[in-house]
Amino acid sequence: MKEFKVLMVDDEEEFVRTLDERMQMRNVDTSVALSGEEAMKKLEEDPPDVLLVDLKMPGMDGKEVLKRAREAYPGVQVVMLTGHGSEADEAEARRLGVFEYLRKPIPIDQLMRTLKAAYKKKLEQAMVAASFAEEGDFESARDIMKQGQPKK
Amino acid sequence: MRSIKGLIEDLLSIPEERSTPERYRIVGRNIAILMLTTTLVPLALMTAINYYEYKAALRNEIQAPMKTLVNKAKHSFELFLAGRLSTVNFIASAYTFEELADEKNLNRIFRVLKKEFEGFVDIGLIDSKGTQISYAGPYELQGKDYADQAWFEQVRVNGVYISDVFKGYRKFPHLAIAVQHISTDGREWIVRATINTAKLDDLIASMGLDSESDAFVINRQGVFQTKSKFYGDVLDKCPVTIPTRSFEPTVIERVDPLGRDIFLGYVYFNQNDFIFAFIKHKSDVLKVWYTLRADLLIVFVIGLTVIILGVLKLTSIMMKRMKESDDRRTMALREVEHSHKLSSIGRLAAGVAHEVNNPLAVINEKAGLMQDVIQYNPDFPDRERFLNLVKAIIQSVERCRTITHRLLGFARRMDVEVQLLDVNEVLRETLGFLEKEALYRNVKLDLDLLKNLPQIKSDRGQLQQVFLNILNNAMFAIGDGGTIAISSFERDSEMIGVTIKDTGHGMSEETLKHVFEPFFTTKKSGQGTGLGLSITYGIVKRLGGDIEVQSKPGIGTFFTVYLPKQTPAQSGV
Repeated sequence: MKEFKVLMVDDEEEFVRTLDERMQMRNVDTSVALSGEEAMKKLEEDPPDVLLVDLKMPGMDGKEVLKRAREAYPGVQVVMLTGHGSEADEAEARRLGVFEYLRKPIPIDQLMRTLKAAYKKKLEQAMVAASFAEEGDFESARDIMKQGQPKK
Repeated sequence: MRSIKGLIEDLLSIPEERSTPERYRIVGRNIAILMLTTTLVPLALMTAINYYEYKAALRNEIQAPMKTLVNKAKHSFELFLAGRLSTVNFIASAYTFEELADEKNLNRIFRVLKKEFEGFVDIGLIDSKGTQISYAGPYELQGKDYADQAWFEQVRVNGVYISDVFKGYRKFPHLAIAVQHISTDGREWIVRATINTAKLDDLIASMGLDSESDAFVINRQGVFQTKSKFYGDVLDKCPVTIPTRSFEPTVIERVDPLGRDIFLGYVYFNQNDFIFAFIKHKSDVLKVWYTLRADLLIVFVIGLTVIILGVLKLTSIMMKRMKESDDRRTMALREVEHSHKLSSIGRLAAGVAHEVNNPLAVINEKAGLMQDVIQYNPDFPDRERFLNLVKAIIQSVERCRTITHRLLGFARRMDVEVQLLDVNEVLRETLGFLEKEALYRNVKLDLDLLKNLPQIKSDRGQLQQVFLNILNNAMFAIGDGGTIAISSFERDSEMIGVTIKDTGHGMSEETLKHVFEPFFTTKKSGQGTGLGLSITYGIVKRLGGDIEVQSKPGIGTFFTVYLPKQTPAQSGV
């Protein structure tokens, strides 16, 4: 049984395939998407726990993926990993609700720690949300999934 | 005309191609020339106009009264002579020949004449043949024959005759008046009287002339008829020549035989051949004019001096200002150029860093995978060796990562987190990071912080980085032992400053020139990225401050960081 499920989105195939292999070795259930569009499809087919996404990609870029994922799958935590990216990009990503903003290249241990933290957050949120949902407060449950805490 | 225009254009143009000091000299000289010309020409003109106007006015003022006087004198002389003439005429007409021929009668008439009219010396009756018939007076002239004398001819032709002044045998100057009378029965006789001309001198004396003036009567041959104060006695030749005949009073300027400048006023008498002359010495009458002229000259000279000094001073001030502003402009340009250079290097560096990061990430993952594969396979041949090799790759990637991330940091435009802070405190805090190392390396940290340093609005984290970068460099430069002196001060109402001075190995001028450029380092490869000071520079500029560095090889380096008390709203490199 794999620990958790990560969907990795990057147009740099050499990078993402290698990383995929290494994650598998570390007992993470991974899948790969080479573009934003593919990522959206895979999100729909099989939602992961954590979405690891590159910023600069041809077509739909990382920011767009982040925005749509947060909108449609609030339960999925998004980690951004990019070689580009200025302070402004980071600030915008955080505004859009990214879990963490990382810069390439990154040591595998640091990446693993971040992904695990993201997964943990997802679980916590889901539990809190579930408790609200049990009491019938679906609205709060949804808010928790989206913003990490109820509106009220 | 063209050449003047060309000259003015020459003066107005600034020779850009010349070397700088010469250029300022030429511009200064041209401005001075233009200003002097535009001020001195009107001044000189004004002075000249004043000079001639005053001169003309004064001359007129002197000449007008002279003319009046001359005219008046002429009238009194003419009146005097006309009075004597009509008296003689009256005697000739009122008495018969017989009455006048009677010596007794004539003596009686003569006595009355002398009593009533001053100056008569004698009187006599002469018949048409020129023989003196009777005579009353102090001399024995009875029977004298005048027939062949010139005046006798004249009186027979004109009816009257007034002689020039002469001495004759009477031994004093006098003049003769002769009148011919023709009675109704056709007899002709002539009455001749002589008048002492001392009376004429009296007339002149009564004009009340001042001591420097002279007035006299001469005849047309230029012989004195009255005595002159300066030029001779009666009947002497007058040394001053009187110009052409004028019955109107005229004043001219002359140099007299004694070499003095004079005004000569004169008028010709209508009735006889006399000329009245009036002489005034210029030096005397022009005293006022000379004073005025001296005043004018003084005003002109003072004006000239003041203008020249003023213009020169003004020009030199202007040139100084011009030079200063040029220097400032050059400095500003150089600074803009410098920061522009740094910012474009920064952008380039950021671009490179971005591009390098992706392949670096691939290397990182590939090497990581190799490591993983080896680690998960205990039977891998030469396991340890390969693990070490991979480790070296990953470490190198790590180093590259540090570089690219710092590069991005250099180029980064980030929001400055402004808060009110005490720079002394930030300095102490930053030094805290270094204390252990300083102790270990026997480096003396010398703090001289201004006690009441005003708090400033700035970014604490960035300031720490600035100070840390400079201090790290200082620590590196001094090696073991030595001193780092840190001080803070208030530069002015807007800026504070921090100086960091080390006793390290210093920098050459060439190094100093590039010290803020990214990747410029004097450290051995691997020891530094060459980014520290360029990042420092970027931060200080972004905080609205300034950084200066002075250095001497072998003596040390001296950094000064200026920070504004209020950070400008938004700025960046």
